[in-house]
Order: sequence, then structure tokens, then C-alpha cells
Amino acid sequence: MPYFTPSTRPARPRYDLLEKHMDEEIERARLENVREPYVTNNRDAVWVGDRIASVIENPTPMWWYIAVSIAGGVASLTGLGILYLISTGVGVWGENKAANWAWDITNFVFWIGIGHAGTMIAAILYLTRQKWATGINRAAEAMTVFAVMCAGIYPGVHVGRVWLAWYLAPIPNGNAIWPNFRSPLLWDVFAVSTYLSVSIMFWYVGLIPDVAAMRDRVKNKILKYFYAIVCLGWRGSARQWANYEFCYLMLAGVATLLVITTCTVVSSDFSTSVIPGWHGTIFLPYFGVGAIYGGFCMLITLLVPLRELYKLRDIITLRHIDMCCRFVLLMALLISYIYLMEFFVAYVGGNPNERFTFYQDRIFGPYGTTWLCMLIFNSFIPMLFWSKKIRRNPWAAFGIVIFPSIGMWLERYVIIVSSVHRDFLPSSWGMFYPTYVDVLTFTGTLGVFFLMYLLFVRFLPMIAIAEIRSVLPEANPHEPPTVSKNGAEPGSHHD
Amino acid sequence: MTENPLVCPVGSGPVPKKLYAVGAEFANPKELYAAAEKVRESGIKSWDCYTPYYIHGLDKAMGLPKSWVGLFTFAGGLAGLTGGFLLITITSVYVYPMDEQGKPYFSLPGFVPILDLLMILLSAIMSIVGMTTLCLLPRLHHPLWEWEAFTRATHDKFFIVIEANDPRFNENAAVDLLREIGGTNLTFIGDEE
Repeated sequence: MPYFTPSTRPARPRYDLLEKHMDEEIERARLENVREPYVTNNRDAVWVGDRIASVIENPTPMWWYIAVSIAGGVASLTGLGILYLISTGVGVWGENKAANWAWDITNFVFWIGIGHAGTMIAAILYLTRQKWATGINRAAEAMTVFAVMCAGIYPGVHVGRVWLAWYLAPIPNGNAIWPNFRSPLLWDVFAVSTYLSVSIMFWYVGLIPDVAAMRDRVKNKILKYFYAIVCLGWRGSARQWANYEFCYLMLAGVATLLVITTCTVVSSDFSTSVIPGWHGTIFLPYFGVGAIYGGFCMLITLLVPLRELYKLRDIITLRHIDMCCRFVLLMALLISYIYLMEFFVAYVGGNPNERFTFYQDRIFGPYGTTWLCMLIFNSFIPMLFWSKKIRRNPWAAFGIVIFPSIGMWLERYVIIVSSVHRDFLPSSWGMFYPTYVDVLTFTGTLGVFFLMYLLFVRFLPMIAIAEIRSVLPEANPHEPPTVSKNGAEPGSHHD
Repeated sequence: MTENPLVCPVGSGPVPKKLYAVGAEFANPKELYAAAEKVRESGIKSWDCYTPYYIHGLDKAMGLPKSWVGLFTFAGGLAGLTGGFLLITITSVYVYPMDEQGKPYFSLPGFVPILDLLMILLSAIMSIVGMTTLCLLPRLHHPLWEWEAFTRATHDKFFIVIEANDPRFNENAAVDLLREIGGTNLTFIGDEE
């Protein structure tokens, strides 16, 4: 008998069997593929509002007072540092003839970079309809505003004669002098001031409906007046919402353009010069990537403690931490590629000065250790985020991102100081050593940043209540709430 | 206050002297959406829905036209671009020409970043100006805030308010309509004279 006989008649399909299993299979596949919810534990809109408002309404916790006093104390160092600088002169910083730029510009680029991630989340992820970002966009925007404020300190005071800084503005003055609009340093002035203004506007527009919600909640008369004025008398009518959403969309588009312009302009401060190590077209994406990288690291540093302290684990979910870690990983890969590209371009470019800067001075020169730390912190340690277990462990993520945060500061330091300290004229070669004023002024800006952030968390809704509510299943007028994954981390339903 | 109340639930007590609107409460977005479609079909023009958050598609259900904020943004961008161009060109070419490394006085590529930034700044400002103008904000007082239930319009309740300034407004017809579409807690809202 042959092993295989072609059948004259096709086998009858067993529709009965198929039908029996089909419903089960479809249901199983649907449940498996259903996305993680934006708010876990099936919390509803009322819970979301109450929980976020409770941060403001509950009595001020003791840790907040302690944190504010520490941050305030540290912030005063910046005040003292600037006072000493202005009253004495820029000589109190460690800059010298070869290294004209050092910690001031390093700190400026460091802080402005941290700001970029906030705009990235609030504007670019909004335009790309990444609804999960609603959970963290307010916190990220606040980070942008405060980081840009810290950044703005440095260009303000490093001009030497601070009382003449207004010459940078295009306004008529007694000497009939006008600024040079072709200079990247003037672009910088415009970029930073526009970035600060537009970030504040974007943040403020986002706040309006939530501040109105706070106005209707709070019992304290003074706070009620404060919120009533800040929210401009918002009523939440559908006509208002239509205009409001359109305005938010426009601002998101504008802010996207602005974030790209700003990091391009900041990188132009360097790339338009002829210094080996600075003179590269790669600087434009380099600074953009570096900025978003540092910003996401800072965001994780802020979000992980806040979600624990205020029991916001169902709103700032593990998925949010996971997504931020994925961004960190992506940016780490991109920046590693750029590090390689820099060396490759220096090799094929054939410029002996550039080859010297990269292959001898940067790796084996006196700043070699800094460069090595930067490489390990930025390119290798974040590779731990390939593991889902680590990405979903908030405190592990918190510990890991400290390294790239430091690494990104070191990167700016390496770019700036190790490129200029040995210039074209070997007789003027030297080293840069920071003075105590440098160190204290920078430490102080960390205090300024955290102080402003603590005040923000205490008095304004730190998560966009209305935006989160509008992505909940119950907000959809067309579909009944569907079964979805709970998505909660163990134990969080006791909150 | 008792003789001339500003807010009065329908069917209990005197109607306010000068009526601003009749309001009704709805429990969830689904009910509100269905109700809004019916109000639109009834042909009333002066009315609004109040929601704690943006409900996608509600503006279509209400038959609202597209927002004009984009026009403000565009106008702002255009003003920033032309204003910036004039500022830079006039100062760098005519008022204070400076020889910078032999670059031409009118060096457009070098002007682009600042033109871009001024365009962004003005379009952002004008977007907000447009939004607040079209929303009729800022506002320090509004008749609806006299209605106690309305404080929950930013929290968990949804409202439809039919305003008295509609030329065809009739308070009994408005009450009937709001009842018919499932509104609860119907209330007359008065306006100060």
C-alpha cells in the first residue's frame, strides 16, 4: 500500500471544532495583546484626581521641610558664588589663557541639555500620539523650566561685566551699537531666552485646567484666590476645550521646532569655531542626542522617589519607568555611535591637529581618565537596560542613571576643556583646575534646581490630571470600558 | 438673596429675575455625548457642554467648527519672521554695518537661527493670545459659578447648559429638552443685573 494516496475528494473541514475553539482563541489573543493600561489597578477618573490633588491637599510631610532646607542651603552657594564673582571679577574662576571656557559653559550645556528631555516628552511624544506620556509630561516640563533657569545663570554671569550684559539685546543704546547677528554667541542668547519663555508658556497652558480643578477643590481662601487667578477663570466648556486643545497642539509643534533649534544653536557655539575637537558637523545631532540622554536620566532620578513618596505608583507606572529606560538605552547607543564617528572622522579627515586632539590628547593626555570615565558611564553602564527586569525595577533604574548623569557632565567637560587646553601654539599649553568658586557655584545650581522642583510639587499639580483622565477607558464615549490588563505592581492596590 | 435667588433648582421656588441659562447634570461622557447630539439636532445655538477633561469627538457631536487658534499661530509666526528680518537687516546693513571676517553685511544664512527663534517666540505667544481670546478668558466671575453643583465640573460631573441669550430660547422648552435627554439636577441659573 502506498504511503500517500492523493484523495479524490478534499477532506471536509471540521467547522464544528473550529467554532468551538475560535472564541476562546480570539479572547486569549486579545488579552495577550492588550496594551498595558495608562493607569494601573483599574483606577477611575475620580481616584486619579483625588490622588494627584492629595499631594497638595495633605499636610506637608516632614521630609519635604528637610529636603527644602537642604536644597535651599545648597542653593545659597550659587548666590554667594555669583556675588563673589561679580564683585571681584571672572578671575575667581579657574579659567586661563588656553582654557578660556571651562566649568561655566560645561554647566550651561549640562543644564540646558536636561531641559531638552522635558520638551521631548511633552511636545514630540504628544505629536506622535504617545498617550502614555500624559503620566509624566507635567513633571518633565517642570524639569525643563527649572533646568533652563539654572542654565541661564551661566551665560548671564560669565560675560564679566554683568551690568553690560544688556548690550546683547537688540535695543537702542547710547553708543548706537547693535549686536552682531551673525555670531553664534548671540544666537545662544536668543535661543536660551526663547527656550525659557516658550517652555514656561507650554507648561502654563498645560496647567490651566488642572489649576482650575484645584481652585474648585481647595478650602483655603488664599490658595483659592491664587488658583482662580492662575487658571484665568477656566470653566472647561467644550468650546473652550476645542480651542485649548488646538492651542496645545500648536505649542507642541512650535516647541518641537524650538528644541531642535536650541540644541543646534548651542552646538554651533562650538562647531563654528576652528578648534580641533569642536569643528565638526556632527555636533548638531551630537548635542541633541546628548541633551535628551541627560534629560531622561534626570527625569528618572526625579520620578522614582516621587512616585514612592506620594504613592503615585498607579499613575507613574512601571511602564513609564520602562519607557524612560528604553529612551536612555537608545540615546546611549546613539551617543556611543557618535563617539566612534568622532574618532573615525578625525582619522579620515587627515588634519594632524585633529588627530592629535583625539588620538593622543583625549585618550592618553592629562584628561584621559575623565574621558575613560565618560565612556564607561555613558556607553557601557546603561547597557544594563537591555534587561527588562532592570528596566522594570525603579530603584535599580534610579541607581543606574546616576552614572550617565555624571557621564553627561563629564562629556561636556571633555569636549570643552580637553579640546582647548592644548591649542595650536604649544607654548600656551596648560591645564585647567577648577577653583572652589567654580565648585560651589555648580553645586549651588543643583540646590536651585531641586528647591524649585520641591516647591512645584508642593503647590501645583505635578501630574496632568485632565490629560490622564482623557486617556482613561471611561473617557471614551463610544466604547464601554473593556477588560484590560491590570498592570499593577505587587502590593500597590493597598495605597 | 431669598427674594431674588441667583440659582434655583427647577420646580422649587422662584425663577431668577434675569435668567442666564438652564443647566443639567450628566453622569458620564457616554450620556453627555448622546445628549449633546440631541441638543444639536434641536437647533439650539447658544449652549455648551462642560466637562472635567477633553472628550475626543465631543466637538463634532456638538457641531462645533474647527478652532481658529491656528490662524493666530500663523499670524504670529509671520510677524516674527518679517519683524525679525527687518530688525536684523536694518541694523546689520544700514544702521550699524560691521565688518566681521569679511562676511557680507547682508549674510542671510547667518541670520537664519535668530529669524527662526523670533518666529517661534511670536507664534507661541500668539497661540496663547488666540486661545485666551477665543475662550473669552481671563474671566474673574461667571454666572455659572453661583451654581454649587458646578464646582464638580472640573472633577467628576458633566453638564449641559442652554443659555438664555439664544433668540429662540424658551425656558419651559429648554427644561423639557434637558429632561428628555436624560439630564438630572436641572437648575435655573440667574445673572446679576
